[in-house]
Amino acid sequence: MTADTITPAEADEPLRPSERASAGRTVGRAPGRGPIPLLVIKPPARWAPFRLKELWEFRDLVRRFAARDITLRYRQTALGVIWVVLQPLLAAGVFSFVFGQVAGFEETGIPYFVFAYAGMLGWNLVNSTLSKFSGSLLGNAGLVSKIFFPRLALPLSTLGSTLLDFLVSAAMMGVILAISGVAPGLAIVLLPVWMLLALLIAGGIGLMAGALTVKYRDVGYVMPVLTQILLYATPVAYSLARVPESAERWVKLNPLTGVMEGFRWSLLDVARPEAGALASSVIAAVVLFLAGATVFTRMERQFADVI
Amino acid sequence: MSSDVALRVSGLGKSYTIRHQDHDHVTLAQSALHRLRHPRSAQAKETFWALRDVDFEVPRGEVLGIIGRNGAGKSTLLKILSRITPPTTGRVEVFGRVGSLLEVGTGFHPELTGRENVYLNGSILGMKKSEIDKQFDAIVDFAGVEQFLDTPVKRYSSGMYVRLAFAVAAHLESDILIIDEVLSVGDAAFQKKSLDAMRDAAQGGRTVLLVSHQLPTVSVLADRVLLLDDGAAIAAGNPAEVISEYEGRARIAQQDDIDLGEMPRFVNVVRQPPVRLARLRFPYGPTLSERDELVIDIDVDAHQPCRASFGVGFNTPDHAPVGLAYSPALAFDSTGPHSVQLRLEPLQLVPGPYVVSLSVVDGLDQGMVMEFDGVAGAAWISIHADPRETLAWSRHWGARRLPAPEVRTAQVSLR
Repeated sequence: MTADTITPAEADEPLRPSERASAGRTVGRAPGRGPIPLLVIKPPARWAPFRLKELWEFRDLVRRFAARDITLRYRQTALGVIWVVLQPLLAAGVFSFVFGQVAGFEETGIPYFVFAYAGMLGWNLVNSTLSKFSGSLLGNAGLVSKIFFPRLALPLSTLGSTLLDFLVSAAMMGVILAISGVAPGLAIVLLPVWMLLALLIAGGIGLMAGALTVKYRDVGYVMPVLTQILLYATPVAYSLARVPESAERWVKLNPLTGVMEGFRWSLLDVARPEAGALASSVIAAVVLFLAGATVFTRMERQFADVI
Repeated sequence: MSSDVALRVSGLGKSYTIRHQDHDHVTLAQSALHRLRHPRSAQAKETFWALRDVDFEVPRGEVLGIIGRNGAGKSTLLKILSRITPPTTGRVEVFGRVGSLLEVGTGFHPELTGRENVYLNGSILGMKKSEIDKQFDAIVDFAGVEQFLDTPVKRYSSGMYVRLAFAVAAHLESDILIIDEVLSVGDAAFQKKSLDAMRDAAQGGRTVLLVSHQLPTVSVLADRVLLLDDGAAIAAGNPAEVISEYEGRARIAQQDDIDLGEMPRFVNVVRQPPVRLARLRFPYGPTLSERDELVIDIDVDAHQPCRASFGVGFNTPDHAPVGLAYSPALAFDSTGPHSVQLRLEPLQLVPGPYVVSLSVVDGLDQGMVMEFDGVAGAAWISIHADPRETLAWSRHWGARRLPAPEVRTAQVSLR
């Protein structure tokens, strides 16, 4: 029995006008009498709660979806799991060629490839969360319109493959650090904090975008462009110190600035992120995630009708 | 306190908003722009009720069949009951765990193996891993796909695919099972197996809600049938009765201009009729309320000048006679095609479908009826309850609502 998963009926709950009319017609039934139903289905309230308990009940499903995504990615590929390692290396290679060799970016004391790879590590976490969260509902439209389950399970399950990628890339980071002789400082223990901030910021925006895409497909077209802009507006390929003074205020307002600087502080033992940039990150993380979750739960109820 | 109810639906309704073309905001920008420009304007939109004011109860262990035309609201009802979409009005009280099977194989992924899909689909339907572990062998056995468990299902034959998908759903341990058109899958042998599984489920105390267009399946499986039309529950009860009502309605919907020329005639009509029935139309349609006049247009061919009356008879779908009305005698002064319009007083019949028979006769006023022509079962009409009537008439009270007796005197006195 899963009685605890479901909202029990409130016995003395006042009836809505429409219910009152119909309750009168049902012969011999007084509200609040008889056995208590396991579940009451009724029109949604204006502000729905997050229903985390329901999500917890469906944790097997979240795991299953995550496993499905990971398995599917490497099925019918010749190199299989090697791609997990190869992908970030290739990406960082291109990155350091374009920015390091062609554009001539330099960072004091650290080989540019190492600097770029550390930035990429953090950025990929943001990018992957953002794109997978926003695409997860539309990508499973068949399920959404045919089967009941907490809709949050879809975006949340994508964290599985995102985190797996992150772990593999992080392990590669360790190898790269060892080879290049760069040692991380004590700040390495704060790495989970930067990860959490990155996930909350990207997750919040992703939930909002994902929910909106169900109704307005435009959002799906806008997101890649926004992500691209965000990549260049965030100190990923460069450090905040290199930003000209005139633009510094704006870059610091970007909530991802503090996160990226934090990633590099932890990994490369470079300068500590500034308090202003950090504050902007923390506030944005909390606000964006709550806003994203609220938009998602409010729009969730009409997903099946409009998808 | 009895717990014999599995599902109680009261006042359930679901509306959709249809926006009109000139205000169709497909994109976010359009929508935002419109709001900016007309902050207070009510959008040109129309509310469409896919389901309205539906009330019913399902006792535990009952198999309830739900039938109705496409668009009658069956799928909307099931989607609400399985929580895919929320209702607009009313409420549903559910006493037990619900498993819904709205489309077999939803959530199957072609690249995954049979084994992986069983687990994935099981979780999607709300099963825990331990439950699936327990049922795994039974599922595989039911589907008969042992050898192909580790093959991606994209290499399965469509039969195997569907069998496996159905097997997973059929092993879902739920108190209430909601099924939409799934018994039509697989070959005859598998269909029989599925039907047996359904029946076992019901006998094991599970409540089943079954939507199907296959009326024979419904009549075999269901204990009771609910008929939906235009979003409203219009009949519920004995499967045979409700299904025959539904079939009657289906026929009514098809008729527009009925050619009587080739239809079989009454056996006792005269050899060379002076007037013959040709066509029949309902200028205001064949569906009417119990308080509406019934108007019938009849085309006839007069072969010789004569006088004739027209008879209109009504039977229930199971052939029980309800009543018969004759027109006054009409004069046909010339030969050739004529048309006749009959306007009948409100019939006051119990809501439901009726079979209409037509005849042309002479000699009514002489007390000696000579039938010129007659067609039994010429058309179907459907009577629906008049919203002005506060008391819904029941079939068990008789076929016709009699006019209320006028109260001549009313006196109260001490005895």
